[in-house]
Amino acid sequence: MTEVYEFVLSHPDMVARWGVDHVTLSLVAMVIAAMLGCTLGVFIAGKGRERLADGVLYLAEIMMTVPSLALFGLLMLLLGYMGLSAIGFVPAVITLIVYGQLPILRNTYTAIRQVDPAVIEAGRGMGMTERQLLFKVKFPLALPVIMAGLRNATVLIVGIAAIAALIGAGGLGVPIFRGLRNARMDLIIIGGVLVSVLALMVDGLLSLLARWMTPRGLGVESK
Amino acid sequence: MIRLENVTKVYPDGTVAVRRVSFEVLKGELCVLLGPSGCGKTTTMKMINRLIAMTDGSIYIDGSDNSTMDETELRRNIGYAIQDVGLFPHMTVGENIETVPALKGWTKAEQRKRAEELLELLRMRPHEYIEKYPRELSGGERQRVGVARALGGDPPVLLMDEPFGAIDPITRLELQNEFLKIQQEIKKTIILVTHDIYEAIKMGDKIALMKEGQLVQYAPPADLLFRPKDSFVAGFVGADRGLKGLQLIRTREVMWKSPPTAHPDEKTEAARKRMKQYGIDRLAVIEPDGKFRGWASASDAQGAGRVKEITKISSVAAGKNAVLSEALSLMLTSGSDVLAVVDQHNRLEGVVTFETIQETMREAVQGGASQ
Amino acid sequence: MRHQVILFALLTLLLGATLWVTSLGKVGIYSTFTYSDLLHSAWAHFKMVFIAVVIATAISVPLGVLVARPVFSPLVLPVIGGANIGQTIPSLAVIAVMAPLLGFGLQSAIVALVIYGLLPILRNAYTSIKSIDPAVIEAAQGMGLTGIQIARRIELPLARPVIMAGIRVSTVITVGTAELAVLVGGEGLGKITLTGVFAREPLIILQGAAPTAAMAIALGLVLELAERRMTPRGLRIEPESF
Repeated sequence: MTEVYEFVLSHPDMVARWGVDHVTLSLVAMVIAAMLGCTLGVFIAGKGRERLADGVLYLAEIMMTVPSLALFGLLMLLLGYMGLSAIGFVPAVITLIVYGQLPILRNTYTAIRQVDPAVIEAGRGMGMTERQLLFKVKFPLALPVIMAGLRNATVLIVGIAAIAALIGAGGLGVPIFRGLRNARMDLIIIGGVLVSVLALMVDGLLSLLARWMTPRGLGVESK
Repeated sequence: MIRLENVTKVYPDGTVAVRRVSFEVLKGELCVLLGPSGCGKTTTMKMINRLIAMTDGSIYIDGSDNSTMDETELRRNIGYAIQDVGLFPHMTVGENIETVPALKGWTKAEQRKRAEELLELLRMRPHEYIEKYPRELSGGERQRVGVARALGGDPPVLLMDEPFGAIDPITRLELQNEFLKIQQEIKKTIILVTHDIYEAIKMGDKIALMKEGQLVQYAPPADLLFRPKDSFVAGFVGADRGLKGLQLIRTREVMWKSPPTAHPDEKTEAARKRMKQYGIDRLAVIEPDGKFRGWASASDAQGAGRVKEITKISSVAAGKNAVLSEALSLMLTSGSDVLAVVDQHNRLEGVVTFETIQETMREAVQGGASQ
Repeated sequence: MRHQVILFALLTLLLGATLWVTSLGKVGIYSTFTYSDLLHSAWAHFKMVFIAVVIATAISVPLGVLVARPVFSPLVLPVIGGANIGQTIPSLAVIAVMAPLLGFGLQSAIVALVIYGLLPILRNAYTSIKSIDPAVIEAAQGMGLTGIQIARRIELPLARPVIMAGIRVSTVITVGTAELAVLVGGEGLGKITLTGVFAREPLIILQGAAPTAAMAIALGLVLELAERRMTPRGLRIEPESF
């Protein structure tokens, strides 16, 4: 334990670097994944797209079956053939985005589909356009469930971002892998504990945010 | 058959759910536990099969104290049907009904035979339903299977907690009627919990009305309606208790037995005379074999000829076990103020008139008020 | 059905890729792993996953079923909540931290996989019992079934499909996590994948990653089949809405 303190005290800049890299990587991946997942989720929830939705959700589900390490590897292969760099920040972000899709897609899709048809009927009856209907009725009502999906995805991304250190994307995975390779227990603990704390914090923060964003009168606990 | 003595239930937090309730249900009787929600009726019932442990008092079933009996043995000899039915979704209808017989160690053949009998009894074709699963049944069918399952082990006692509660009013009425018929056959000792006063009046031989954990009145339905013990009972049975009473009294109790009749081949002259003699303006026309055919009225019987020429053929008639509310509604729909009462072979048993019904109700309500 | 066809196609593709890379013999300056290396690793991988899932099941099914009893309701929050928090912690962290705690070796790898595989089974075992219609249990009690009879004849058959689904999810996750377990001394396909990662040689990564993905998919399929087999017929019927 004392080695851990000593290391942190003697190398604060290094620890900070890992932390910042990790947060940046996760954040960038998360924002893009959220935009992509929500848009796609809303799109496939549209009328007459049931078959498409079925296919897209199924594909996302299969992607989740692929082990994270394998996905990094497969992506490296793909980017390599495309003549792009398979190492570093960008491939890591792409992998994380792919990984975050399933929870976001699934929750956005079900949340939008779940909105009471009577409410939509009422909105339409009051003369709302499809656009207004989406942003004023469907989206607010679906928000708690969508937020739960985003929360799941974020925790997942923070965790897998640690593995991204293997393909040179930096972050809290760096001390973990370095520690494992050189049997440096202090490094393993620093990386393991920090990434866990980060995941728990993000989880707690997003659950607070979800509660805060839930429309009043809709105080149901999201799934 | 079932005797409750000072039965009391106090929950650990101090709430008294049931306070010193005593009553006795005789063999073959159907006793209804009635009262507003939270009055302790369900708690009382569940203390009989010990799903809830009582705090004080004793319950005797067929003379033996239920607290000394083995819990599972006790329950296997008491049928239990509840509002939410609780059919086992992974078992077929047959397997559901055979549960208790199997626990009792009957042979497979005996179990199957019993399940078939019970389905038959509940008017469900055995070969059609026995292999079905609960999820393939409608709400009413599930209730029936629930009752059949409760009767599975041929228990002498049956406990029913709002067994007709969760179904639509029309199906409920149908099931209630059927169940009454079945009870005529099987003669079980039944305790039925409900909050529905109509159901209580219709089904009960006796009603135990409860309020805040206490038994307020234990009496046959007619007494509860017409001789309420206090203002709570009067309030609970409602201001329209006269109307409710129509469900209690059967046509055979008030009908004019062996009224004057006319034969189709009689001269109208003779029929007219008979009406005059009795001071009535209509005669029931019956065939030589006693079957009811229709009505002959005084206004049509002026000329010569035979009765059959002036008979208005009618098939509207009430059974002798029909209650007055049914008789009344038959009168209203047929637009006549007299009604023939017949047996199952359509033979005339008597006649009920609108005035009779009116008079009966007036007497009953006044009789009750003077108590 | 359509889904299964897609999965089979994917399975074929992954295995084909594995065989192809293996047949190359040499990629750049590296030689690929041999067929016997591959078979050996796959078997070791499977063994590790199997042991971990069996232990996780043995712990979490009784625990979940127990916690679902009204008597133990005060334990719900610590057990289920604790497991939820456990699942929030990244898999890499759980695995890595085993090294300082238990040292390098198979035991560390298996303990980490067990811990990580617990939650899906635990959660499903708990909800499966909790979601049984209380009327069903009340009816069973009222009919004079004993506690053991209710557990064996009513609760277990009704809970089995959901518990099986938990075991399936847990297995699929564990196959993936097991790749990382190599880092603390585990055996299996992770060795091949990681060799490729450290060598930055995508084809060798593929040689480890493809069979791992194939194993995840295959086990998922098999367990889904078992799940369907073990679902009582009466539960396979979609309830009609009345």
